[in-house]
Amino acid sequence: MATVETTLESVVIRFSGDSGDGKQHTGNKFTNSTALLGNDLATFPDFPAEIRAPIGTVAGVSGFQIHFGSTKINTPGDRCDVLVVMNAAALKVNLKALKQGGVIIVNTDGFDAKNLRLANIPEEQNPLKNGSLAGYDVKEIDVTKITRTALAGSGLGVKEIDRCKNMFVLGLLYWMYHRSLDNTIKFINSKFKKNPAIAEANVKVLNAGWNYGETTEMFAQRYNVAPAKMEPGVYRGVMGNQAVALGLIAASVKSKLPLFYGTYPITPASDVLHELSKYKNFDIKTLQAEDEIAGICTSIGAAFGGHLAVTGSSGPGIALKTEAIGLATMLELPLVIVNVQRAGPSTGMPTKTEQADLLQAFYGRNGECPVVVIAAQSPADCFTMAFEACRIALEHMLPVFLLTDGYIANGAEPWKFPLTKDLPEIPVSFAKERENAIDKYLPYTRDNKLARPWALPGTKGLTHRIGGLEKQNLTGDISYDPENHEQMVKIRQQKVDLVENYIPEQMLSCGADEGDLLIIGWGGTYGALKTAAGQLIEQGYKVSHAHIQYLNPFPKNLGEMLKRFKKVVVAELNNGQLVKILRDKYFVDAIAYNKIQGQPFMSSEVVQKMQDILTDK
Amino acid sequence: MSELTTKLTAKDFASDQEVRWCPGCGDYSILKQIQTVLPDFGRPKEEFVFISGIGCSSRFPYYMDTYGMHSIHGRATAIATGLKSTRPDLSVWVITGDGDSLSIGGNHFIHLLRRNPDINILLFNNQIYGLTKGQYSPTSEQGKVTKSTPMGSLDFPFNPIALSLGADATFVARTLDRDPKHQQMIYKRGYEHKGTSMIEIYQNCNVFNDGAFEIFTEKGTKKQETLFMEAGKPLLFGENIEKGIKLDGLKPTIVDVTEGTANDLWIHDETDLTKATILSRFFDDPAMENHFPRPFGIFYVNENKSPFEKLFNDQIEFSKTTYGSGDLDKLLAGKETWVVN
Ligand code: SF4
Repeated sequence: MATVETTLESVVIRFSGDSGDGKQHTGNKFTNSTALLGNDLATFPDFPAEIRAPIGTVAGVSGFQIHFGSTKINTPGDRCDVLVVMNAAALKVNLKALKQGGVIIVNTDGFDAKNLRLANIPEEQNPLKNGSLAGYDVKEIDVTKITRTALAGSGLGVKEIDRCKNMFVLGLLYWMYHRSLDNTIKFINSKFKKNPAIAEANVKVLNAGWNYGETTEMFAQRYNVAPAKMEPGVYRGVMGNQAVALGLIAASVKSKLPLFYGTYPITPASDVLHELSKYKNFDIKTLQAEDEIAGICTSIGAAFGGHLAVTGSSGPGIALKTEAIGLATMLELPLVIVNVQRAGPSTGMPTKTEQADLLQAFYGRNGECPVVVIAAQSPADCFTMAFEACRIALEHMLPVFLLTDGYIANGAEPWKFPLTKDLPEIPVSFAKERENAIDKYLPYTRDNKLARPWALPGTKGLTHRIGGLEKQNLTGDISYDPENHEQMVKIRQQKVDLVENYIPEQMLSCGADEGDLLIIGWGGTYGALKTAAGQLIEQGYKVSHAHIQYLNPFPKNLGEMLKRFKKVVVAELNNGQLVKILRDKYFVDAIAYNKIQGQPFMSSEVVQKMQDILTDK
Repeated sequence: MSELTTKLTAKDFASDQEVRWCPGCGDYSILKQIQTVLPDFGRPKEEFVFISGIGCSSRFPYYMDTYGMHSIHGRATAIATGLKSTRPDLSVWVITGDGDSLSIGGNHFIHLLRRNPDINILLFNNQIYGLTKGQYSPTSEQGKVTKSTPMGSLDFPFNPIALSLGADATFVARTLDRDPKHQQMIYKRGYEHKGTSMIEIYQNCNVFNDGAFEIFTEKGTKKQETLFMEAGKPLLFGENIEKGIKLDGLKPTIVDVTEGTANDLWIHDETDLTKATILSRFFDDPAMENHFPRPFGIFYVNENKSPFEKLFNDQIEFSKTTYGSGDLDKLLAGKETWVVN
């Protein structure tokens, strides 16, 4: 049978099934083969809330979405073109994510009486039989049966055989989208090096999937997605949490300081710990402490001792670290605090994304306690901003908050990674020892950044005491003097404010310097907002988009920029936080656009909303 | 660790800050004994770091001309762990009180002991909250009438020695503010021990809990009520050292040594955890009839458990020798790259 070849600019595929089915794994394999082909791409995993939710139930559904194309890809895509569902629950959860008329690849074995019951679908309402999928292009395949047939006589048990099911789907998709099997075969062979029977079975099923596309008449179409025009260079794929870890390691190398990461396990930040703990040969020291407070306190101890000290967590853990962040502010020691935000308050929705910890980072401590706050805007940008967080903390001797979120932490994109020699040095100098000093050492003298010297224990002639009590300027001795307290509060604020002289100016990600509407965003919403702004511009609207990475202090030119637009919209995944700060600081009549569903923005909904605002609906 | 050619004096370890504890407070003696023993260790003062939490005792670092940090309530133990892990070259001391280490900082306290970094903890136990002006503490006896418990406190006190042994501490000792020589001996032993040294110090708060330990320090009762343990020596006490402790299986009994039972006495063995555990339970209310005397000295020492910072840094070294020092370019490139032309 002749297949029709179609060329597409971009495609969104969503893999879904039971969390035990290995959907993340399948998605990652497809991602790698796609990246090697030169497509630009973005991915996003959608984990179930429970690690081991009952098999086959709606709560146990796990998803993985990839958006790839021959043009610049900014997001994992709003809705998918192809939905792969391994069981009834997966269809129930994900159908709303599929475009009208989209393709559904169904494993029919996942729609038997048992699976329907587990998904809470009455048997007479089996979606494969009741016509409810009429608007879609449904490809029904008994993947389980084909896999078992293909592996009959392989000597493997049913459990092992069934585990190869994903490879069938993967092979079929590789056929549909002209991806090579080579990379995956190579991976399978190296992963199951010690178990050739399993490796062989996986490869066999992968090929079966490809052949199924080639030989059955079910698939009349194949698609070409040409390589994207990306900046020339060497690329790799990277996930946000991984990029944070790499950024911290790079900062450790460039500052020539060993890194210490004191932390406590928490979703979705734990992967930063997992990643860092692999690289002990880089002088990366990780300590899984007894609780969140000890996580940051061990880091403060390491900072006192002269390490590049970092702690990481997510909202509830950050709440526990609050008092210690105040201590670090008083001690004026460098410290990086990574917050991989998730939906709150309290335990909230740990596996879902949100940007609702901005005010916590700005103001969430007792007393006047300003800290620097910066945010990463994409998985690869996590590298840059983690590096920046370290640079600022070390150069200015103060705590720096790095905000990321569950969306970019687990999302992946191609990354044109830098070479070590192209990364800036982070010069650090410790206070020098003093031979036979008779005068008292002054630990709170300051340089032009108002940073105090970093005088390490063990250094001769510099013995001194620091602590959480208010201290006298210069000497660091305890002081309850009213004027001194006011002066110290102002100095600590000024120290943060001065950072504005050492950060880049605010840029527009797209659009003209002035116009009718400026969309302001921060953090992981970058891709969706940029895509939306681009579409609005194409539609003829005078729209621009600026994404703020440096939040406290803001870039110097931000106030000016806001004034050049008739309207300013602040789009955030919270109930309106950055908008409050911008209104307060710049007296700008900014419009709040918020989504608080634990899900990222879809660029289509942003476009819709901006059109409404532009036309005063 | 550097060696000094000229010996420092106690004065060298005193900072220029005026000591501000209440006159008569037991803290003065502890500060003095520490300043007295430090020169004996032969190390320059910049190698010592004192880290405290919050409470009366936690002012201590300000009075020492060493490095120091007066941190936040209950967390000195965690901060010290971070410092010692990354700077094994320093001699790190934690200054804490009963509220600081056993109430708000209880979690970090037991985890420090479990990890066993080479840190010395001085636990100033005055059985009261002094800095906040007199509430009962986690070591106060049940029924304690304080500002916050006008009808008497309801909770039972912690036994810090038993708690520490339960957390697998490797050096557990008790001393008294009123016994300078004993303190000095214990501090030296604690310093020499490789691992966490938990030293409980009965410290009189003469303002809010005066006389809490009187029975162990005053002439008329001291000899009856205290049992000073010495390694390799029988457990003896009493006005004329006429009493001893004997073990019947695992059951301790008090015997009269004048009746010729001296040979069966319990010989103190610092390395015996079972015996240390029994001794830690000599914690009776002295008002009780036939109660055991309160032991002072070293309950338990275990030199066989590697200090945390050693294990921590050994892994780093092992990783370097196994995989070579990290190559950042290789790391950034990851396992799979592709070229866009
Ligand atoms: S309140 Fe008690 S413990 Fe505190 S300084 Fe005064 S006497 Fe000492």
